[in-house]
Formats: sequence, structure tokens, C-alpha cells
Amino acid sequence: MNIIEIKNLTKKYGEKFAVDDISFEVIEGEIFGFLGPNGAGKTTTINILCTLLQPTSGIASISGYDVTNDRDNVRNSIGIVFQDPSLDGDLTGEENLRFHGMAYNIPKQIREERITYLLEMVDLYDKKDELTKNYSGGMKRRLEIARGLLHHPKVLFLDEPTIGLDPQTRNRIWEHIRELQEKKGITIFLTTHYMEEAENCNRIAIIDHGKIIALDTPENLKKDLKGDLITLKTSDNEKANEVLKTCFSLNPYIKDDSIYVYADNGENFVPKLFRALRNYEITSVSVRKPTLNDVFIKLTGREIREETMGGVGRMREMTRGR
Amino acid sequence: MMLNAVYIIWLRELKKFVRDRSRLVSSIAQPLIWLLLIGTGFGATFGKVGDLQYIQFMFPGILVMTLLFSSMFSAISIIWDREFGFLKEMLVAPISRTSIAIGKAVGGASRSTIQGLIILVFSPLIGINITLGKFLMVVPLMFFISFTISGIGIIIAARMESFEGFNLIINFIIMPMFLLSGAIFPISNLPSWLSVVVNINPLSYGVDIMRWVMTGVTERGPAFDLMVLSLVCIFTTTISVYLFSKGK
Ligand SMILES: Nc1ncnc2c1ncn2[C@@H]1O[C@H](COP(=O)(O)OP(=O)(O)O)[C@@H](O)[C@H]1O
Ligand SMILES: [Mg+2]
Repeated sequence: MNIIEIKNLTKKYGEKFAVDDISFEVIEGEIFGFLGPNGAGKTTTINILCTLLQPTSGIASISGYDVTNDRDNVRNSIGIVFQDPSLDGDLTGEENLRFHGMAYNIPKQIREERITYLLEMVDLYDKKDELTKNYSGGMKRRLEIARGLLHHPKVLFLDEPTIGLDPQTRNRIWEHIRELQEKKGITIFLTTHYMEEAENCNRIAIIDHGKIIALDTPENLKKDLKGDLITLKTSDNEKANEVLKTCFSLNPYIKDDSIYVYADNGENFVPKLFRALRNYEITSVSVRKPTLNDVFIKLTGREIREETMGGVGRMREMTRGR
Repeated sequence: MMLNAVYIIWLRELKKFVRDRSRLVSSIAQPLIWLLLIGTGFGATFGKVGDLQYIQFMFPGILVMTLLFSSMFSAISIIWDREFGFLKEMLVAPISRTSIAIGKAVGGASRSTIQGLIILVFSPLIGINITLGKFLMVVPLMFFISFTISGIGIIIAARMESFEGFNLIINFIIMPMFLLSGAIFPISNLPSWLSVVVNINPLSYGVDIMRWVMTGVTERGPAFDLMVLSLVCIFTTTISVYLFSKGK
């Protein structure tokens, strides 16, 4: 069953298309990843889905509720962790959750039980009486996740949930995300520009310049690349490239100072390749399984850059006193 | 439902108010310093204003100044909420933007009224006798004036993206509103261009009616003051709710 349905969704800022006519569905209970470089339109899409932004055109619904006409029902159905921090630093961890519980009209007794349960789940029960401005980045993130779950949403949106966090904290957050999906059956919609994270999703949509350029399971997306990725450097890349095209009818391409080519059974192919290129000096060669990064490069000719504005924003917020 | 939402926003404001001791202390100290320095200094020059000692004339004005600063700062804290992201948490909750704006204004008015009450404690020292009857008028009046000013603050905050304009607001809105309200000098003998400014300043009417309640002295009459204040209040509340609902 589809829990999120998006049809021809478009958002324009002036003449610029932040989101350009996207359509897709998210299946109930899956971890759905939205993968794309900075500025691709991920946050804009999330903001439309969580009713903060009006789309320029197109429709989107969550759990059957239209995001522009049925806002309160949508809001009650979703939890969200924004890309940038959104806690009240002058309230304690527990008070931040309590405010949320009251805003979502959860009866007092249930609310307090859930607050205790969730604080324990994200290992913050000991810190519940501390002001959140004194929390570390990872603690803030975990509290935001707990807060997003307090009203038992059907869908949890996570906009770059691990940005700016150390690897250990990132792993812990991922443990929580998987646990939520497995034990509670919550649908998770997350955005990321980290390739390794996208591998953890059931399905991913790759978005670039506001358009969805691929949507499938990570395995299938990589399967499209057919075989192993062989990277080699030679004394004359241009000519070697031609040889590969004519001898093996492959589709190699040159990027920077290397040739990239996908071939089945890479280990067996390399000796044949050496024979074919015996007139050129081969200075290096490597064989590996393709990653999602390779999928992205294949589709766009660019790499997803690691640094983002969101990360900078979060760090600035962390170092700034109040 | 709407009342519940207003209550939640209000509760948060009050909780933060109680917690922020240093701001409370400075917001009480500021009017007391004005009273002490300006009150004594100008008092020595002016002597009396009508039948009142200068400091007695000034006291209701200083009380309204306390409300002005406190209400403006509370309302403008929306900019902080936006900057620190908490505004999004409120906007995405199933509560209306109208109740957020009203909750902010009621919260700001409550904080201001509490600060006003603390200043009011000093009135016997200045020779103003607050009877129970006066007290029962002063408290709702403080709340009413503060609520009105909060509306102005929200209108400003709804249009501001960052703190950068904050000093501009203090220097070009709050201070002129205070100085040109008749709070610290009588407005009867002003040059005409200045009295025009005083007349369009809504705070003038707050100061005048507060002075009437506390000392019986008035320039425009309490009924007229109340009418102007009510119109301003309806106007600022409507505009602030509208702008806040429209904003991002
Ligand atoms: N408020 C805005 N006004 C104008 N342009 C915007 C605004 N918000 C986002 N954009 C533009 O829309 C594009 C998509 O942004 P965003 O959704 O934040 O990307 P992502 O989250 O994938 O990094 C970017 O080019 C960004 O500059
Ligand atoms: Mg983003």
C-alpha cells in the first residue's frame, strides 16, 4: 500500500525550479531514501510534504490526506526531524518533549509514559533535566527523533538525520531508524547525501536539479551498471579508450586522468584488457563493485559533494552562544 | 482546541521568563535607574508638574516604559524562535498560526504585567498611594497596554529575518515611542510638529490613562484614551495575526 503519493509536484522560487515535476510513491513500512547533492530539492520536497510550504503545482498526499487541503490530518500523521536544529535550548529535554505532546493533544498520562519510554530509547533519560542548549549535536538529534515519534506518527521524515555527526553517533542513529521500521512498522522517509547511508534504504530516489533521475532498490540501481567497475590509467587514455570501445564493444568513459569501464567478471576481464592494450603503458588498474556514487556519476557525470550548507548551518548553531 | 494551543504557547513563554533571572533583574533595574537618576535630576529642574512632584508625574510613565520594553522584547523573540528553528516545530504542529501569534502576545503581556507589578511595589516610596480600587484598574490596564504593544512587536518580527535589525528597532522604534509619549515630560507646551508625533504615538494614550488611574491627572481624558487604545489593539492584533499567518 502506498502511504505517500506525489504527482507532478513542482515548486518554483521566482524563475528557478527547486522541485521540478516529480512523481513517485512511498510504500507503507519501508525506509525510503531521497538521495541527491546539496541544492537538489530534497528539503523543499520535505517541507511541502510536512505542510510548511505550498507547492507551485501538483499534488501530494500522506495516508490519503492532501498536504495542502487537509493540513491538520497530515500534521497528526507525520513526525519530522528537520535538517537544521529545532529544539528550544532554554527548555530541558523533557520539557521539549512535553511541549510537543501538549501541542499534539496527547492525554497527560499517556504523554508522560511515552516521554519516559522515548527518553530511555534514545539514551537521554539521565539528561532529561538539562537544558538542551547544553546537549551535544548527537544528543540533540536523538532528542529530535524521540520528539518526532511522540505522537505515534505513521511516517517519520528525517532530513539529513546524521549530518555533522561523528561515525559512532551516525551508527547509533541508524540503529534507531532500523528498529523503528522493524518493531513499529513506521514508514521512514529520509534524505541524505551520504552514499553509504542510502545503501541502508529499502528504496531510493536519486534527485538532481529538482528532478528524479532514478528510483529503485539500491541493488537494482547498481545492477543497471552491469558488472564491476574497472578504473585504469594509461600512457594515452584517448587511444586506449577507443581500443576498449572497438575490441570489446563496451562504453568506457574518461574522467579526470582515468578511464572507467563496467564489465562482467572484472577479475577475468583484466588480463584480456591488458592484452588488448599491450601497445600502451598501463600505470594503474583497479576492480571493484560499483557503489551508489558510481550510479550517480553515471547518471549525471558529477559526484555528490560531501560538504553541504546544512552541515555548516548546524555547526554554526553549535558554536554560537545564546 | 484553539484555547489549548494558546495556553501551550503561553506556558512556554512563562516558563522561560521564570528561568531567565538575569533578564528579569535587568528589566527591573532599568526603570528603577531611570526613576532614580532622571526623576531626581529633572525633578530638581522642573520642580512640580501641575500639582504633582516631578517623580510622581514620571512614575506612571516609567511603569508604561517597563511594559513597552518587556512586551516588545517578548514579541520580538519570535525572531529567536525562527533563528533557532523552534518556530518550525510550532508551525508543523497541528495548531493554527493564529493561536501561535495570540499565545505569544498573551505570554508577552503576562510577563510584562508581572514586571509592572514589581515596579508598582515602589509607588509608596514616591508618594503614590495605590488603593485596592486603583490596583484593580492598574493590573488589567497593564495587561491591556502590554497586549497591544506585543501586537506591534509581532508585526515587526513577522517581517524580520534575522537579529540584524534588532538595534534599529530599539533605537528607531522603542526609544522614540517611549520618549515621545509624554512619559517623562508634559505634552501640553510642545511645538506643534512634535505634538503631532506624540498624538500618533499609541503609547501616549497608555501613559495618559495610566497617569489618570494612579494620580488623577490626565491631558486627554480616560474615555478618549481607552477608545484610542482599543482601536489600536484591534488593529495591531488583526494585522499581527494576518502577517504571521502569511509569513514563512
Ligand atoms: N526560500 C528560498 N528561496 C529561494 N530559493 C530557495 C529557497 N529555498 C531553497 N531554494 C533553492 O531551491 C533549491 C533546492 O533547495 P533545497 O530543497 O534546500 O535542496 P537540498 O535540501 O536538496 O539541499 C536550491 O537551489 C535552493 O537554493
Ligand atoms: Mg536540504
